Amino acid sequence: MITWITQPLMYEFMQRGLLAAVIVGLVCSIIGCYVVLRSMAFLGDALAHAILPGIAIAYLFGGNLMIGALVASILVALAIGFFSKHGTIREDTAIGVLFSAALALGIAIISTIRTYAVDLSHILFGDVLGVSSSDLIQISILAFVIIMLVLVFYRPFKIISFDPVLATTLKLPAEQLRTLLLILISLTIVTSLQTVGIGLVAAMLVTPAASAFLLTNRLSRMMLVSAGIGVLSSVLGLYISYYVSIASGSAIVLVSTLIFIFSYLFSPRKGILRVS
Amino acid sequence: MGNQELKEGIFSEIPARIDISDVSVIYNNRPALDHVSLSVPHGLQVAVVGPNGAGKSTLFKLLVGLIHPDTGTIQIHSQPLGDDAYCVAYVPQREEVDLRFPVTVQEVIMMGRYRHYGLIRKPSQNDREIVRIAMKRLGIQKLANSSLNELSGGQLQRVFLARAIAQEPHILLMDEPFNGVDLSTQEATFELLDELKKQQVTVMVSTHDLNMAATRFEAIVLLRHRLIAYGKPAEVMKREHLAAAFGEQLFMLDGAALVDHCCPPDSTEVNHL
Repeated sequence: MITWITQPLMYEFMQRGLLAAVIVGLVCSIIGCYVVLRSMAFLGDALAHAILPGIAIAYLFGGNLMIGALVASILVALAIGFFSKHGTIREDTAIGVLFSAALALGIAIISTIRTYAVDLSHILFGDVLGVSSSDLIQISILAFVIIMLVLVFYRPFKIISFDPVLATTLKLPAEQLRTLLLILISLTIVTSLQTVGIGLVAAMLVTPAASAFLLTNRLSRMMLVSAGIGVLSSVLGLYISYYVSIASGSAIVLVSTLIFIFSYLFSPRKGILRVS
Repeated sequence: MGNQELKEGIFSEIPARIDISDVSVIYNNRPALDHVSLSVPHGLQVAVVGPNGAGKSTLFKLLVGLIHPDTGTIQIHSQPLGDDAYCVAYVPQREEVDLRFPVTVQEVIMMGRYRHYGLIRKPSQNDREIVRIAMKRLGIQKLANSSLNELSGGQLQRVFLARAIAQEPHILLMDEPFNGVDLSTQEATFELLDELKKQQVTVMVSTHDLNMAATRFEAIVLLRHRLIAYGKPAEVMKREHLAAAFGEQLFMLDGAALVDHCCPPDSTEVNHL
């Protein structure tokens, strides 16, 4: 049993991969609580796809892929805010238009690169075992910044998410807080690029938080439980992918989906099969 | 911080009052409020009465800054709207929040104290004490750790009233607080209004119950997009005013005014909010 756990860790790439997966699981599942509570699942998925042109352009010019992704996702987050702000079109319409456009642009750019096939699959589905030491440092710094901001803005984020009307009467800068939250979600997606890829990051944002929502009745506990589920899914998923030889990102997401199904069925408060 | 203290200082000197001057709000080319002017003196308790869609909710949303007037100006404490820091509390019609949100009753009420603790500081002993007293005043101490979706309509209304009290407002706005709640919650609301009267809190309450407005409030604003009448109940509750507000919905029975809420006469009139 012990060797079953330690054996994969003899490889340095597994150590780095595990660390990266745990950090990403943590960040995604914490910020994911707001994604779930504010019904932003579609937005999360859209932002994830929208970073593709940023990555492609960075690749084309030999720049840092993460910085390219970062710039693209923040631009799209601001653009969605801009288009839906004046109320002429609904937010989900703005998201639908922009994310398809960004995805198309990304694919167009990538298709001009001759050897795109390999890199594209890594971007779409992640390559946690290819995480380098410098990637790990970038992921850690971003994760630290995101979690600190979530902690600092915990109370105002809670108020704007629960009761925007109260936020207005209390004169909270609701618009700026909403934009900050969008940027934090964008940053989270960028940190997840290496582990689960843009195809599956939405699942990491939504699924652990959705399970935690079923298991708790306070935001602070929801965040803690969600973080636990996120980390557990990442660790279990990575081990499963090692032993069963399946893609690591999908293994992580499938584990968290199983946890969600169990929560849905057996949650003591809200489960459909609860004993009470 | 210094700025905030300054504002607090000013507000404790100047009597709270609301000045609405020539305010209009247009929705889809129709006026929800049509050149309304009125002024509420410090400590007055006013009922805002009118048919559905007459602009009552619009008026309250203007006063808390949720919407902005298309014409005219609003001043609170003789300051333009937006400068009034945190002296206005608002209890909206309650279906506007997600009851599944993971918060407890106590946490919801503590949100009303946000301006006093804020981003960095934690809620103080004083904040906690004010929240506890607010829950006690509305008889919901036992529900402190309940989730919102476990509460009845009346209990929910008490939670939002308690939160408004915890804000320690100079002005309290309540939108249809008597709609669909049990009698004991109505009574608790009136007891609260009596206490607020002693504390000189200015109160505006919207209702479509004419008799309650006439018997329980010091002044009535009668609204149907335009300001039809404003004054003491006896001055406002005249047949010509009520007819202008309610039109064909109004019946006079032995000198008492009754409003038929079942069949609004003109369906195009009830399209706002």
